[in-house]
Amino acid sequence: MKQFHELNIKEIHDGYLNKEFSCVEIINHFLKRIEKYNPKLNIYLAINKNALIEAEAVDNEISERGISRPLLGIPFAVKDNFLTKGLETTASSNILKGYLPQYESTVTKKIKEAGAIILGKTNMDSFAHGSSTETSDFGPTLNPWNIEKLPGGSSGGSAAAISAQLATVALGTETAGSIRQPASWCGVTGFKPTYGRVSRFGVIAMASSTDSPGPICKSAEDCAIVTGVIAGQDNKDATTSPLPVEKYSEGIFSKDLRGLRIGIVKEYLLPEMNEDVKNLILNASDQFKLMGASVEEVSLMDPHYSIGVYTVIQRSEVSSNLARFDGIRFGQNRDAFCEETKRRIMLGTYTLSAGYYDAFYKKAQTVRTKIINEFSELFKKYDAIIGPTSPGPAQATGISIKQPMYGEMEDILLEPSSIAGLTSIGLPCGFVDGLPIGLQITGNQFKESIVFKIADCYQRHTNFQLFPDLEKVL
Amino acid sequence: MKITPIIGIEVHVELNTNSKMFCGCPSNHFGKEPNTQTCPVCLGLPGALPVPNEKAIEYCIKIGLALNCKVNLHSKFDRKQYFYPDLSKGFQVSQYDQPFCSDGFVMLDSGKKIGIERVHMEEDTGKLQHVVLDGKKVSLIDYNRSGVPLVEIVSRPDMSSSAEAKEYLKKIHEIVKTIGVSDADMEKGQMRLEPTVNTLIEEENGSHYTPLSEIKNINSFNFASQAIDYEVNRQVEEFKLTGNEKSVTNKTTRGYDAIKKITFLQRSKEEAKDYRYFPEPDIPPFIIENELIEKLKDEIPQLPDQIVNDLVKTGVEIKYSKIIAINKEMLKVIEEYKNDNELDINKLAGLIVNKKIDIKGDIKGEYLKVSKVGNTNIEELELVVKKIITNNPSLVDQYKKGKTNVATYFVGQAMRETGGQADPKTLNQVVQNLLSK
Repeated sequence: MKQFHELNIKEIHDGYLNKEFSCVEIINHFLKRIEKYNPKLNIYLAINKNALIEAEAVDNEISERGISRPLLGIPFAVKDNFLTKGLETTASSNILKGYLPQYESTVTKKIKEAGAIILGKTNMDSFAHGSSTETSDFGPTLNPWNIEKLPGGSSGGSAAAISAQLATVALGTETAGSIRQPASWCGVTGFKPTYGRVSRFGVIAMASSTDSPGPICKSAEDCAIVTGVIAGQDNKDATTSPLPVEKYSEGIFSKDLRGLRIGIVKEYLLPEMNEDVKNLILNASDQFKLMGASVEEVSLMDPHYSIGVYTVIQRSEVSSNLARFDGIRFGQNRDAFCEETKRRIMLGTYTLSAGYYDAFYKKAQTVRTKIINEFSELFKKYDAIIGPTSPGPAQATGISIKQPMYGEMEDILLEPSSIAGLTSIGLPCGFVDGLPIGLQITGNQFKESIVFKIADCYQRHTNFQLFPDLEKVL
Repeated sequence: MKITPIIGIEVHVELNTNSKMFCGCPSNHFGKEPNTQTCPVCLGLPGALPVPNEKAIEYCIKIGLALNCKVNLHSKFDRKQYFYPDLSKGFQVSQYDQPFCSDGFVMLDSGKKIGIERVHMEEDTGKLQHVVLDGKKVSLIDYNRSGVPLVEIVSRPDMSSSAEAKEYLKKIHEIVKTIGVSDADMEKGQMRLEPTVNTLIEEENGSHYTPLSEIKNINSFNFASQAIDYEVNRQVEEFKLTGNEKSVTNKTTRGYDAIKKITFLQRSKEEAKDYRYFPEPDIPPFIIENELIEKLKDEIPQLPDQIVNDLVKTGVEIKYSKIIAINKEMLKVIEEYKNDNELDINKLAGLIVNKKIDIKGDIKGEYLKVSKVGNTNIEELELVVKKIITNNPSLVDQYKKGKTNVATYFVGQAMRETGGQADPKTLNQVVQNLLSK
């Protein structure tokens, strides 16, 4: 029999219904595991002290009414940029140290209403500025596969929480790669919804025009269940779409992918890329063919252009979004910003300044439009496109410190889809040097269902979603 | 030396919508206990997002339409970034290059058109209170006003005197009140004025423009007028001393001290702010449908100038018409009696404007009482006047020598004799006739 931390959403619910275990037992198990492994891995920053009380209430509910809520009694790890009322929320920045939110983010409100239990808040790059979780003001998170490696970022704590099995589901946010890249480096499944599909209300803003909250789970199926709960129009976020939310978790099960057209992006197999990584992507491509999809090589703009576009737009928005931390409120002065955050504020302030706006911000938006148009042309012919998530496996700790553009280089293959606001999933497709390698499957805007279907089918036919043995790693 | 003032004005109007611009908090903040009308959005808490108030946008478009503007079919919000302690997010959501309305005008009574460059939507800031608490000087922030919808009306520099400026401002004030989008109570800060002033100095050896000054946050038409006059004189004097002319770098920002009646320097261009405008990513751009514009046009009531024209056509003097046009109660009375042949509509207008009639009372009864005509019987009056003439031969002599104003003595005496019952007009004629014989 599987241990509690190895169960997925459905397995936990089956266990509750069959009275194999109680919610209190599950939560207790996770809290003990966190107590044991967190000091080393530094995944959780804050723990929900009410988790066991909430679990008791869940057990009562199940005995009275069974399971009528989709996430009832499911243990969640929540990235520390989601505001959780009364539970310290810092975005891993000293400037918000001790901050107790006055209100709840829409996403965490929705998962709570669906019955989820939040175990705690997870470490991240400070204000999500990075792809390593090393810019956190509260120390780096370590990769559960190899503690000399980075977990990726910015949702590094959430990805590591799933990989280390310190939660069943984690919430992350992605601005350009911040869900898919750490999911890939930690060898778990991370889903980025279309921009505007999931509300940003109550998520501490990084780059407002690309921020997309999404789940990190043990499987595409779990991601689909969670996305079905958190997606939808929010009258508190004017950028959310009024399109109805599809029932992602129903109807994703597909024996094969017959009739689907998949493009494999030539330019994403970078010349500088590790051959082993390339081969794993090509293997995945063969697997899709085996499952009945047609796979063709397609061409997109050199992804290096996206780095420039993304960097300018994101830094500009960051410089504006962080202006409210002016030292008057929130307890700390601006010197509490970390180096990376200061760098981003400086660069963004520069790119928006009089005389430079046209050369940087406006130009970046023009190229962004070109990228969007290029994708929409491509999606006329293809249902999804695939490629690697990162140029290689998880990098060594410490590498990001002296390279201000480190994150952008690592996210080169994820930035184009982010600035186009597409939906995409990152999932493991093999291992290189004992470290997981990620595959991304990207669909057109609001085509979440197709992405889930392809990823789910892939995971039912392969077995790359593995978990490290922490006793051996630590 | 010929001096021509050049004046443009930015007017901020607080809208009277129920809720704020980007959240559900009440927008009526005047006199409310500090920080009782706030939420994560208007407090600028982390993670909070703005959701635009449709009503406010409709009101903004209505103002534009009433000011003869073109409504821009594509519009968006931008972030205007600067630091000030009352600005909760570190930026103000405003509009930069795509305002809701642009290119309108206001017609002055002289027929001169004052151009409107743009009418755009933005949010108000919080309010600082500098007070002494426990013996310490402190600044407190009240966020009740933070996020209240503001419309900014920017004129072209088409006014050339403080009188024109004042007339323009009064017309704007009348219009926003008439269309019902703002209470525009100046004392409550619901309408705030910022004139930008410079002058054209023409001399024999050529013409010169003096540097621009923007005078911030004035809350009365009279202060605006005084500030403009002061500023024009100050600029001319300064030009005489320094010879400095307008350039792209020497615009200054000044305040107005209503007690000393002077303007004073607040900021020179070297310290000028770079607002780093960029499109507000939290609010999708707008496409304004023609249907909406037509609907809003239909909702706009008659504007004061149109009402004045109509009143003049029915026979009301222009000086009364202007007052009545902006007073709903008075206008109602005129509308009610304009087709009543028993009343002289202009006389009625005069009586209600001069408050000789209580407009809440019995209008017709009071009118007839007040305007009751006196004794017009010429023969009776002649008898009275002749008696006075006989008793005052020396005054009659003076009149005949040309000192015609002694006639008033006779009128006054006659009026007394008749116990005030004589019709003044008729009596006057009788006196003139008899004295001239």
